[in-house]
Amino acid sequence: MNGLNVKFGMRDNFLDGLMPVSKLLEYADINETKAVIDARGLKHKELNDLLRESLQHGVSRIVINNVFGQRYIGTRLYDPGREKVTIEINNFPGNDLGAFLNGHRIIVHGNAQDGVGNTMDAGEIIVHGRAGDVAAMSMRGGRIFIRDNVGYRAAIHMKEYRDKVPVLVIGGTAQDFLGEYMAGGILILLGLTLQENDLHRANYIGTGMHGGVIYLRGHVEQHQLGREVGIRPLDEKDKEIIRNYVVEYCRHFDANPEEILQGPFIKLLPVSKRPYGKIYAY
Amino acid sequence: MLVQKYFPSERMVPEKDMDACGLFGVMNISGRRFGGEMAINAIKNMKVRGSGLGGGFAIYGLYPEYKDYYALHIMFQNQNLRAKHEVEAFLKEHFYVVYDEEIPTNPEINVFFPPIVWRYFVAPQKKSEDQTVTDDEYVVNKVMYLNTCVEDAYVFSSGKDVGVFKGVGFPEEIADYFMLDKLYQGYIWTVHSRFPTNTPGWWGGAHPFNILDWTVVHNGEISSYGTNRRYLEMFNYYCTLHTDTEVLAYAVDLLLRRQKLPIELVARIFAPPMWETIERMDKDQRELYTALRMTYAPLLMNGPFTVIIAHHNEMVGLTDRIRLRPITAGAKGDLVFLSSEEASIRAVCPDLELAWTPPGGEPVVVRLHSRDHLLSLNKSI
Repeated sequence: MNGLNVKFGMRDNFLDGLMPVSKLLEYADINETKAVIDARGLKHKELNDLLRESLQHGVSRIVINNVFGQRYIGTRLYDPGREKVTIEINNFPGNDLGAFLNGHRIIVHGNAQDGVGNTMDAGEIIVHGRAGDVAAMSMRGGRIFIRDNVGYRAAIHMKEYRDKVPVLVIGGTAQDFLGEYMAGGILILLGLTLQENDLHRANYIGTGMHGGVIYLRGHVEQHQLGREVGIRPLDEKDKEIIRNYVVEYCRHFDANPEEILQGPFIKLLPVSKRPYGKIYAY
Repeated sequence: MLVQKYFPSERMVPEKDMDACGLFGVMNISGRRFGGEMAINAIKNMKVRGSGLGGGFAIYGLYPEYKDYYALHIMFQNQNLRAKHEVEAFLKEHFYVVYDEEIPTNPEINVFFPPIVWRYFVAPQKKSEDQTVTDDEYVVNKVMYLNTCVEDAYVFSSGKDVGVFKGVGFPEEIADYFMLDKLYQGYIWTVHSRFPTNTPGWWGGAHPFNILDWTVVHNGEISSYGTNRRYLEMFNYYCTLHTDTEVLAYAVDLLLRRQKLPIELVARIFAPPMWETIERMDKDQRELYTALRMTYAPLLMNGPFTVIIAHHNEMVGLTDRIRLRPITAGAKGDLVFLSSEEASIRAVCPDLELAWTPPGGEPVVVRLHSRDHLLSLNKSI
């Protein structure tokens, strides 16, 4: 049994053969206000190096073309005191899009993959398509708008603190474990991709949820909900929150807010702030 | 005396990144054969999903000129020629070998400690006591013998008109090494980029895993490996390749070939619905799923996984029931794709017509001359 190759065969698939920024600039066309990047064949670190370089040139808008699965786009753009930028992505960004995003705005003209807005801090991500699993995972601020459906575990462990309240708006439906272990923030699910009387696809909605709120338009049955959430009626404040975000959703994706606002909406709240407190107490 | 000496564990690799393997499969449902370009470029696009410690390809429709013979791809580790002599004596005794050759490789490609890899096209040569055994069963028994009893020899693949090429390296390096894009065509290509976490990276441990014409590529970790392996041993399958995915290949062979279950049911054995879901089903369904869970409890695959299972005429994508690993399906004309990431399908097929993601435990079954893959579409997102 040749176990040695584990040790000698170890490769660095992230940092092998990276181009220096001086060479990378051939892939970008940067003028005073705008940068256009051709991402074909670039590794994710190279693309993010170019984004940072563009930011430091003082542009306000970056367009990235030929994106096919490069990860972490928009991370590493923390530069306090500098104006925030808008990043347009054509068309298919990879996992962890906008991870740790720091106030910038990302617009995706295509589908996003897993981990959109992972631990995002501030800013905005707008996806003109669908998103994969764990969208808005551990998100702690900012807003994400997804036009169509999302995969498993959207908004898992989303959190809030004082005035930092993250918002995830999903135009379609979601798969299982929506809002799992959610600790804060606002999650709005609009169900626009479903037929009128269809149930939402998600089961185990809000399992382990102990903070924040889910507004859900359309129909779910009781067995689709996790044990830790309860259905509550909407009050005026809720309606105002929903109206604000639905109007914004419609502005991004060119839809009719009045039609969507007719509902029906329900509100899901956690029944306990410490659902598992008793399990581990001894 | 508890500890005599400190043995460093092979499993504790310093600076080990935890990540996930990459999977990709493409099939032409009209059966037209095509080259490896799409599979190679797609897996290259997901390079960060692998670590360069394993890559491999399975190709169906590979040897049309020898399609009536079992094609054995056999690797001899450590350049062990004694193992090769031993294997060849064994083959001569139990098979008619119609043709054999070293699998051509490109000497300019550097790969890590390459073994000798040879292919043999064989037909069973049964003794009188073997007359009641089917050909397939006969071949499985002989493959198990070679894997367990001949040191340094491992059978990579043993099906008709199918072959597995694999090794230690990034998949595109393995493709270059075996010159897959230049020499071969097939109507199904599945490919795997490996990121071994708990098991060693070695040539035999690379995916796809094969028995007869069944192949499996897998992303994830089968934490029920021990239970599954012991159950399979009762049916004469022995795990020798030091990695969890092997049990899947043998379980597939047991259920689909020997017990003739349809893949739709096998998917429910590997990734069964939760008991509380079964309780809500109507009576017939409830009885079926209860029976499946009780009969095949030792073949439940626990832990996170996505697999692409293939054999002649069929390619199937399946995840665990709570989808702890990703899968995306895509289609354009006669081409159907399964992949860990949507972007890599888009990269090799920019004008894709459909992309969808089934829920956990729901198989995407791609069949020759059928549109069955679309059955999963309306349950998907």
